[in-house]
Amino acid sequence: MTNYLTRRLLIAIPSLLGISVILFTILALAPGDPFEELATNPAIPPDVRAHLRASLGLDDPIHERYWSWLTAMLRGEWGYSFVSRIPVDQLILQRLPTTIAVIGLAQIVALCIALPVGVYAATRPYSLFDQVANTLAFIGFSLPTFFTGLLMILLFSIYLDWLPFVFRTDIEATGLNWWWQMLRQTIMPIMVLGLFQGAAWTRYVRSAVLDVIRLDHVTTARAKGLPESRVTILHVVRNAMIPVVTLVALQMPAVFGGAIVTEQIFRIPGIGSLLVTSILSNDTPVIMAVTFVFAILVIFFNLVADILYGWLDPRISYR
Amino acid sequence: MAGSIPVSATASPARKPHIGPWGEAWRRFRKHRLAVVSAVVLFFLVFAVLFGPLIWTLPIDEIDFTARLESPSWAHPLGTDDLGQDLLARILYGGRISLAVGFTAMLVAVGLGVLVGSVAGMAGGKLDAALMWLTDLFLSLPQLPLLLLIIYLFRESLTGIVGVEMGVFIMVVAVIGIFNWMPVARLVRAQFFSLREKEFVEAARALGASRMRLVLRHILPNALGPVIVAATIDVAGAIIAESTLSFLGLGFPPDVPTWGRLLFDAKDNLDFAPHWALFPGLAIFLAVVSINFVGDGLRDALDPRRVQ
Amino acid sequence: MTGQRLLEIQGLKVHFRTDDGWVRAVDGIDIGVDRGETVCIVGESGCGKTVTAKTVLKLIDMPPGKIAAGQVMFEGRDLVPLPSEAMQKIRSKEIGFVFQEPMTSLNPVYTVGHQIAEAVRQHEGLSRRAAMDRAAEMLRLVNIPNPERRVHDYPHQFSGGMRQRVMIGMALSCGPKLLIADEPTTALDVTIQAQILDLLAEMKQRLGMAVLLITHAMGVVAEVAQRVVVMYAGKVVEEAPVGALFATPRHPYTQGLIRSIPRIDRAAISHARLEAIPGTVPSLLNPPVGCRFAARCRHAMPECTAAEPPLREVAPGHKVACILYPEVRS
Repeated sequence: MTNYLTRRLLIAIPSLLGISVILFTILALAPGDPFEELATNPAIPPDVRAHLRASLGLDDPIHERYWSWLTAMLRGEWGYSFVSRIPVDQLILQRLPTTIAVIGLAQIVALCIALPVGVYAATRPYSLFDQVANTLAFIGFSLPTFFTGLLMILLFSIYLDWLPFVFRTDIEATGLNWWWQMLRQTIMPIMVLGLFQGAAWTRYVRSAVLDVIRLDHVTTARAKGLPESRVTILHVVRNAMIPVVTLVALQMPAVFGGAIVTEQIFRIPGIGSLLVTSILSNDTPVIMAVTFVFAILVIFFNLVADILYGWLDPRISYR
Repeated sequence: MAGSIPVSATASPARKPHIGPWGEAWRRFRKHRLAVVSAVVLFFLVFAVLFGPLIWTLPIDEIDFTARLESPSWAHPLGTDDLGQDLLARILYGGRISLAVGFTAMLVAVGLGVLVGSVAGMAGGKLDAALMWLTDLFLSLPQLPLLLLIIYLFRESLTGIVGVEMGVFIMVVAVIGIFNWMPVARLVRAQFFSLREKEFVEAARALGASRMRLVLRHILPNALGPVIVAATIDVAGAIIAESTLSFLGLGFPPDVPTWGRLLFDAKDNLDFAPHWALFPGLAIFLAVVSINFVGDGLRDALDPRRVQ
Repeated sequence: MTGQRLLEIQGLKVHFRTDDGWVRAVDGIDIGVDRGETVCIVGESGCGKTVTAKTVLKLIDMPPGKIAAGQVMFEGRDLVPLPSEAMQKIRSKEIGFVFQEPMTSLNPVYTVGHQIAEAVRQHEGLSRRAAMDRAAEMLRLVNIPNPERRVHDYPHQFSGGMRQRVMIGMALSCGPKLLIADEPTTALDVTIQAQILDLLAEMKQRLGMAVLLITHAMGVVAEVAQRVVVMYAGKVVEEAPVGALFATPRHPYTQGLIRSIPRIDRAAISHARLEAIPGTVPSLLNPPVGCRFAARCRHAMPECTAAEPPLREVAPGHKVACILYPEVRS
């Protein structure tokens, strides 16, 4: 297992480098100077600008520029926001926990939907429940998050007036009440993301369970005299998780995409909405850093999925 | 459990009249009722955006402050926006762009995918390994942030060359295509590997068919089914991607009312004019869900391995 | 024979629903197994022998399967109407089952020890450790070297033959009174096949359970069986002690089966060609009226297709379903 872990870690390094090369290539190919903003900003004198260019190595050969850019990125030296003049790493660190919390909770919601529904549907293929669940799942992942978000606001905030639709960081309540307010304002974004994910996962779980349920070892488990619930959980669902983990890992980039949209709709102060606002205000250092952070998050979650996969399937980790 | 049904050895010889592969595919597609319904809906949508503007001739940009944020009425069946512009006309026109982006981006993605998949499948060895690593890498890219980054960096210069609308169109299509070729590449490559050793390909090779001919005549047609399915799903993905960009205010400019852009403009007026957001949202949803169902039906029809 | 038999299948009919209609996979059969006895069910693929075996433990998928009629009496109790909880107590504890495919019959994600222990814990309520000890003991019993270490290995670390040993050990772990083995050697190499059959014989000798062995190989039958049941197209056509069956096979189908065994000694001197039974098995969707073998039978006569010949005793302990033989009344 340790062997397997180190191997996965070593494989993650080239992907990190690969993504960083792609990112850097995009930046390098971009027409004009990404620091043009500084040039047009009269508050910054030319010598400061030249110094900044030199310190950022903008005039060096391309591979040196890449290397210094990468090391700076990895060390967290991301510069200052053009707009707020705050160091970018601070800005991101402030907002990252919110994003992670929203995404994490949404994944839990998705899991709580997909696992029972997918398993139940697969154990009764082509039943009414299966057909309804399947159709709803299809509709669920065909509904773009921005539209479900608007629909929820329309229903729960405007017509019913139950939930606030603008996220507030300065809730004045304390204690239990604070948690209650927090729940009220986060439930919609979490549900929007969670339902979308849950719909996609339900289909994965269903098809994986359907594939496993007809395997010989399941009949063996039954022949052992295990109760049907144990057979389903320990010998069907347990095995079906292996392909599901891979599919879920492939979905991670889409999850972050959904998070950006959701944060934007509900005005949640996470790094997704930070990215959109900084693009709208041409805040280049922030844009670069946030994109980089997203790339690292995706690689990190892929690594987690790999580890889970190895843990779930002994044939992989022992090879 | 097929093994416990003991008729396989004695199954009655085909009683059904002989039908060709396409007839068989059509028969299987028809069995998927939602796919058939979706195909009709999709046909209607395409028809509406293509010919609708010829019938509903109200201009998309006629500003009428006396008719601001009006709910649906006979004069404006889908209501108006904050400038009193007719939403039906805007949705029909915007649909052309949304669907065009989806379709073109799919073509880019499938083209790239077939290219990469064929090269990897034909070359094998190190080149194959490198290309597959690239495929995996692209699959794990954070797509939306990169899309946003690229559009942010390149928008100005491209629109400077070919104009705003065309520039954004080319960029959006290219970028969505570049981020969605991977499934097709994998499919095509897998087909290469599974078909390379099959008898008819061996036979063709023995007869001295050139590599190029082998690929074009024998391997690609066989990969067609799964690729068509993937391509269909790609159209839906591209429509969502374009709408997302526009919804974030980073896609098409305000005077090009794609469905996502309409939603972006509508989202701050939800409380006065919910219809403004509902109709374009519904249009996106209908297009995407029907394309996905058609894709599912096509999977049943063209990808027999997946049929139980 | 004293009193009731261990297993008594009576008038069993098992049907499967397909797109084209109901397939009558097993169509009214009687099979009995006494305590400590080895019975072989033999027949070609699709004759209903595997379905029969799985139906005893109700391991067929229902739906599409359905027990249309009949009883499966085990120690005097009918298993067919039994609720699933009661059935679970029979499985493994009373009747062990060995499957055809050792490569796929074990769950790849658990150690073999865990999988054996699972059955033991279920039925005997042993602690985790005690159950693992039993698992190691079972592996030693089925002659797997280093059992204490091997319990912690995963199925993919075992060869096909070794996995089948594990399966046998698992099936015997709760001390069942009957072991059903469904073609346990079909998927294995010839040399391994012999080892597995020897192992089954050894286990039977040491543990004394009854064995119901399903096979299509007459060679296997000759080696292990005491009594043989020949099935054809969902019906029992002949039943006899193993000696009588090979010495005086009565049913033309059985005769055909025995003639189709390759005999190296005869082939050398007589230059005789290996005989095959002409024709194919009839469809079980709409089985023909009368004897199901009639279309392929060299002795067929008009009466054969008129009515189905009943299974009659033609010699002590020797039953056959063929109008060629008059019933012997004892």
